[in-house]
Amino acid sequence: MITEALVLSAILFVLGTFGVLVRRNAIIMFLCIELQLNAVNLSLVAFSRMWGIDGQIFVFFVMTVAAAEAAVGLAIIISIFRHYETVNVDSFNLLKW
Amino acid sequence: MTSVLFYLFAGVAIGGAMGVVLAKSPVGSLLFMVTTLAAMAGTFVLLAAHFLAAIQIIVYAGAIMALFLFVIMLLNLGHDYRKDLKGGAFAILSFGVIGLMAGLLARQLGMSGSAPGPGAAAIDAAMAEHGALGAIAEPLYTTYVVPFEITGILLLVAIVGALVLAKREV
Repeated sequence: MITEALVLSAILFVLGTFGVLVRRNAIIMFLCIELQLNAVNLSLVAFSRMWGIDGQIFVFFVMTVAAAEAAVGLAIIISIFRHYETVNVDSFNLLKW
Repeated sequence: MTSVLFYLFAGVAIGGAMGVVLAKSPVGSLLFMVTTLAAMAGTFVLLAAHFLAAIQIIVYAGAIMALFLFVIMLLNLGHDYRKDLKGGAFAILSFGVIGLMAGLLARQLGMSGSAPGPGAAAIDAAMAEHGALGAIAEPLYTTYVVPFEITGILLLVAIVGALVLAKREV
């Protein structure tokens, strides 16, 4: 069960990374980052079956940080949308050289 | 039985994750994400993390995904899927990166043994004594009380930050 959970977590993490790399919509990239966080959560829960309850507590903290990150990130996306009228990440090239 | 259930949840989670990456409209992507989160809550239950499974459904699938849905509908995003995908050299680079990551993860999994350690027995004993909530609450409010308090400050900062960023005029 632990090995299967770790394999599932690896697959989900790689899918999340792929989503961040190929999509341009900032909100979908953000969703894929959430997917990566969840994949790591799953592996921490699986490891807690091996090493004790601490893994589950880390998952609790990761979820809290993810909630805070979602709130701030979506606020940033809204304020970017006000300026550019789009959430396509190719349009935000002010810091690009 | 648990193994059959696990493979069921794993299949739904992987299918949902592919849906998140490949869905044409952002709302579809988000609904696939909710499916994935629900299936992962099922795997959490099978791994004896009952409290986290409940939190996953209530906080993640309920609150955070509803926040995403609000923002998608507020911004009224379009459905042009083709313009949304990066192409050419970037796609090749992405496949290279995910191939590398998949290779490294497979190598790591091949090297590590996964025999159930002392953790499972300890968790089961704690859950039998304090219940599913007590098993996680007891170390959370003793060993990890300082990180827990810092998390509260982090949430406060996030609330203020989100308000300041999303307000029209500060």
